[in-house]
Amino acid sequence: MTPARLWRDGRARISLVVLAAAVLAAVLAPLLSSSDPAAQLDVIGTRFVAPLALDRHGVFHLLGTDRFGRDVWTRLIYGARISLSVGVLAAGISAAIGLLVGAAAGVWRGRVAAVLLGVTDFALALPRVVLLLLLAALWQPSAVLVVVVLAATGWMPVARLVHGEVRTLVGRAFVEGSLALGARRRRVLLRHIVPNTLTPVIVSAALGVGNAILLEAGLSFLGLGVQPPAPSWGNMIASGRDTLVNAPWVAAAPGVALVLVVLACTLLGDALRDALDPTRGPRGA
Amino acid sequence: MVIGVITLTFVLLRLAPGDPAERLLGPTATAAQLAVVRHSLELDRPLPAQYGHWLASAARGNFGTSIATGQPVGRMLARAWPATVRLVGISLILSYLLGVVLGAIQAHHGGTSTDTALSVASVTLLAMPGYWLGLMLVMLFTYELRWLPAFGAAGLDADFLPPGAQLVDALRHLALPLATLTLIGVGGAARFVRGAMLDVAGQPFVLVARAKGIGTRQVTRRHVLRNALVPVVTLLGLSLPALFSGAVFVEAIFAWPGVGLVLVQAVQARDYPVVMAATTVSAMLVVAGNLLAELLVAWVDPRAR
Repeated sequence: MTPARLWRDGRARISLVVLAAAVLAAVLAPLLSSSDPAAQLDVIGTRFVAPLALDRHGVFHLLGTDRFGRDVWTRLIYGARISLSVGVLAAGISAAIGLLVGAAAGVWRGRVAAVLLGVTDFALALPRVVLLLLLAALWQPSAVLVVVVLAATGWMPVARLVHGEVRTLVGRAFVEGSLALGARRRRVLLRHIVPNTLTPVIVSAALGVGNAILLEAGLSFLGLGVQPPAPSWGNMIASGRDTLVNAPWVAAAPGVALVLVVLACTLLGDALRDALDPTRGPRGA
Repeated sequence: MVIGVITLTFVLLRLAPGDPAERLLGPTATAAQLAVVRHSLELDRPLPAQYGHWLASAARGNFGTSIATGQPVGRMLARAWPATVRLVGISLILSYLLGVVLGAIQAHHGGTSTDTALSVASVTLLAMPGYWLGLMLVMLFTYELRWLPAFGAAGLDADFLPPGAQLVDALRHLALPLATLTLIGVGGAARFVRGAMLDVAGQPFVLVARAKGIGTRQVTRRHVLRNALVPVVTLLGLSLPALFSGAVFVEAIFAWPGVGLVLVQAVQARDYPVVMAATTVSAMLVVAGNLLAELLVAWVDPRAR
């Protein structure tokens, strides 16, 4: 039911196609390009080749080359591996943490809830980038650190969302009914309450993937994320920044890829929300 | 809230590997030299003592000395925060004004091709990373058209210009960072305004207003938009942390001399006193902004007073 309903939504179709293309390009990167994303061979002879042109050795470059003569297309698809997996992992972990915290705060009221919600609101009121910078600067930069840091700063909205849902569900008749039938609290929580909160969690996770990809690129752009020569869309934009005048394509290409993927995540999130929520119309408010 | 931020920052910074004394002296330093520097930076005292000392002097407005530059941290930030408030404040106002206009147009023409086109535009802006949009604007306006400067808040010769020309110079420097930050904000604001207005448009009193024979335009403006503004103003306060986050990148790109740039540079240099103070100042700015937003809600919505 739901997949068919989702597919009828134009936004979902477009974004799923874009995301599938990005994932395929990332997975099949070695097949789609014959060169090494980090290799620097004849730097002087092959640097700053314009897009759709041949370099001095007769090698074709779809998106041109950067200042070290590295093929931008190759770096783009290898960078997609890092950007996409960091985004999905970080958003997944933060959704899980948020679900846990939100459900716990919703069910155990009193002191536990007060502490959990206090921490959530506190973290929510901080500019996320300030927190990210602080955390990212503490340890040696790496892709793993980026995932940890993004997950640690991304769970709060999910927790708030789940908490609100759980609180309204707890008072509903079917929950009281199952409690009255003698079901344990844990069973009620896991079988009845949590499944009913999954819709907003899935939607916000879809949006979270896009956000995490943006922030990963941002951290890498500032030199606090994935370290060169390993390609990531963020550090590609950063290196393209220095050659904006004579090779604008180096910064433009990863930026366009970034916008397309994040856009697809956002649209997919919107479409998912409409498809999963029976009370909303296809173009709901 | 602010105390919480300070404590968190302090604990995290001291947990981190990497010794500022080693960074300051370089790899050739001897153990004795390191000890002297650590002592002068008070890094050899127990943590609670360091924390208490920092709090006590910060309360008196003394944030210590920057390890990297040797300048008083208080003075660095006193110079930086007005630039950030100027950038973030103006862009907040501009992006919400534009967002309300765009969102209202969309809600008024709900479901038509105008609505769809504007929706696509606002989602695209929402997906755009600020640092990349900034670079593209620099490419267009600075390198291609040569209209606007790309770095800093004032030209090198600003001090020697007459007051009128100084203002023009400052505005020209403000243009690109402001445009970048505003464009990122507009997307989210327009999306939210459209949603809020469509929510209000479904309510019975709107139907009554229509039934009374009031024109569609008037209903949209007087009945729907006014009621939709309450959640929008609330969001304005909530979106401050995100906007500030965006400002950190924009300041780093355009070398805009604000708190964000200070923070980025301090983090890269592991300059603890500056990181502490910059984080504290940004938390304070956000809290102050939230307060302002709450006052604004009370002003817009008489029920909240």
